[in-house]
Amino acid sequence: MHPVTTAHYLWLSAALLLIGTIGVLTRRNIVIILMSIELILNAVTINLIAFSKYLGQAHGQVFAIFVITVAVAEAAVGLGILIALFRNKETILADEVDLLKW
Amino acid sequence: MPGNSLPAAVELVRFLPETILVLLGTLIMVLEAVTGDRPKTFLGHLAAAGLGLAACAAVYAHSSPGEAFSGMLVVDGFTTFFRLLVYAVGILTVLSSCQFLTRERANTGEFYALVVFSVAGQSVMVASHELIMIFIGLEISSIATYVLAGFLRDDPRATESAVKYFLLGSFATAFVLYGIAWIYGATGSTELTAIRAAVDTQAGREGAMLAAVAAALMFVGLGFKVSGAPFQMWAPDVYQGAPSPVSAFLSAGPKAAAFAVFLRVFETAFGSIGPLWEPLFWISALLSMTIGNFAALVQGNVKRMLAYSSIAHAGYILVALTARSEVGTAAVMFYLAAYALMNVGAFALLGHLTRKGERFQKVEDLAGLGSAQPLAAALFSIFLLSLIGVPLTAGFFGKFYIFKAALDSGLVWLTVLGLLNSAVGAYYYLRVLVVMYMREASEEVPPVEALSGGLRAALLACSAGTLALGIFPGPVLDFVNRSATLIR
Repeated sequence: MHPVTTAHYLWLSAALLLIGTIGVLTRRNIVIILMSIELILNAVTINLIAFSKYLGQAHGQVFAIFVITVAVAEAAVGLGILIALFRNKETILADEVDLLKW
Repeated sequence: MPGNSLPAAVELVRFLPETILVLLGTLIMVLEAVTGDRPKTFLGHLAAAGLGLAACAAVYAHSSPGEAFSGMLVVDGFTTFFRLLVYAVGILTVLSSCQFLTRERANTGEFYALVVFSVAGQSVMVASHELIMIFIGLEISSIATYVLAGFLRDDPRATESAVKYFLLGSFATAFVLYGIAWIYGATGSTELTAIRAAVDTQAGREGAMLAAVAAALMFVGLGFKVSGAPFQMWAPDVYQGAPSPVSAFLSAGPKAAAFAVFLRVFETAFGSIGPLWEPLFWISALLSMTIGNFAALVQGNVKRMLAYSSIAHAGYILVALTARSEVGTAAVMFYLAAYALMNVGAFALLGHLTRKGERFQKVEDLAGLGSAQPLAAALFSIFLLSLIGVPLTAGFFGKFYIFKAALDSGLVWLTVLGLLNSAVGAYYYLRVLVVMYMREASEEVPPVEALSGGLRAALLACSAGTLALGIFPGPVLDFVNRSATLIR
């Protein structure tokens, strides 16, 4: 049995970052894009807590709490904007939101 | 941690402007709820007065410089300059939006509260010396601006712009955060001076390399916020779709604050690994100037043209950042002040010129303005000439100091390409002037109303500031030169 080290957490976090980024760049549904952004924020939180444990400081954990709080506020505003969009255009697909272009 | 964790009185004074703004925003929300159906313009005036009070507090805080809350916040000339700049942008936005919001039947207190909260966030960003604070300030500012972009929620263009701004903005924030997490891991601190010390001692080792990668991640995120290429694609859509006073605000306030963070993070924390990150700025500056100017050339929509031009202006500012010198920092500060005045003026006036519902945004719709509305046309001309960089306007000195700083640091090619770019830029601004003064108004387009009230005051202030910075740049220049030395 190998013990779980800081490096494992960092790899997990990097994987989440990658999945999230691919999700943002390739998905059409805005709700899924929003979820992908949340995945990246989770990657950040895991990173912060792993570093906090590794360095033996509390800074990282405090920061993680702030990140979680802000992520919630951001998701609330994002879903609100999404509802406004749905009322106007009856769609939540990113490629059908195309009024503004040259 | 010291036993007594209560902050000293002087620390509270250094944090006074932000405290005032948060209380002001809350007060406006409460007043909005209790005043019922009364017209809400007085809340706009209250917001402007409160922002003015915060500016006084910032000047007062400047008389006792130093750090607060164990180094999280720093009050120095740099902080004071940017605080005053974002408050000024806030006041101008609030004054110029009262009439606009009444016209669009959306004059509610929330608008002013959101502007005040966003300014509070920007104020935290420019004063903080610590990555957690920078992140919190960035988010306070961003979340409020996402809502502002979609404030006219029955207008499909505004909601679309809000969705795009929100998705790309929060994606960018996530990248900033990932970068911050790695900086914390590599250096064991989130305080900028401590990060610099850690990067210095690790020079050439693995830790410094990690910090450089983290710096690149932060560059991506902040690059989005300042709409620097290749992260500029949201800007034209958002600025075109958002209500014009909001576009004015977005293109000046959050951008100035993000550039302040750029300077603090990259000059203070990563100053010693400058050669590693310099190419990023170099490339981004060149791309922003070129994409911004050439895309603006082919735009028939004035609002979208101004949006592309704001990308080009971000490029000029990135040139000064590439210089990595105190002269460069001073040039960035001066240019942001000049840019804020002329761009807020141009966007705010455009919100008026596009008539009800912002339906007439084409260049041809401005035909005949010179004879129909001489004052509006004259003010618009001042802003456009300053955006070109014609002598006797703020834009001229701004560009002059930026390219001087670049030459001082030996960036000859970047300077030459930047100057060529400004020449290209002149074409599309002049085209608007020609249409305004030399074409007859068409019959189908309704005439523009006269300027009045707060909008008129805000526009006169913007144009007076633009001309003052162009004719007597001395006092502001002295101040930025004295404040350009960042804490190491």
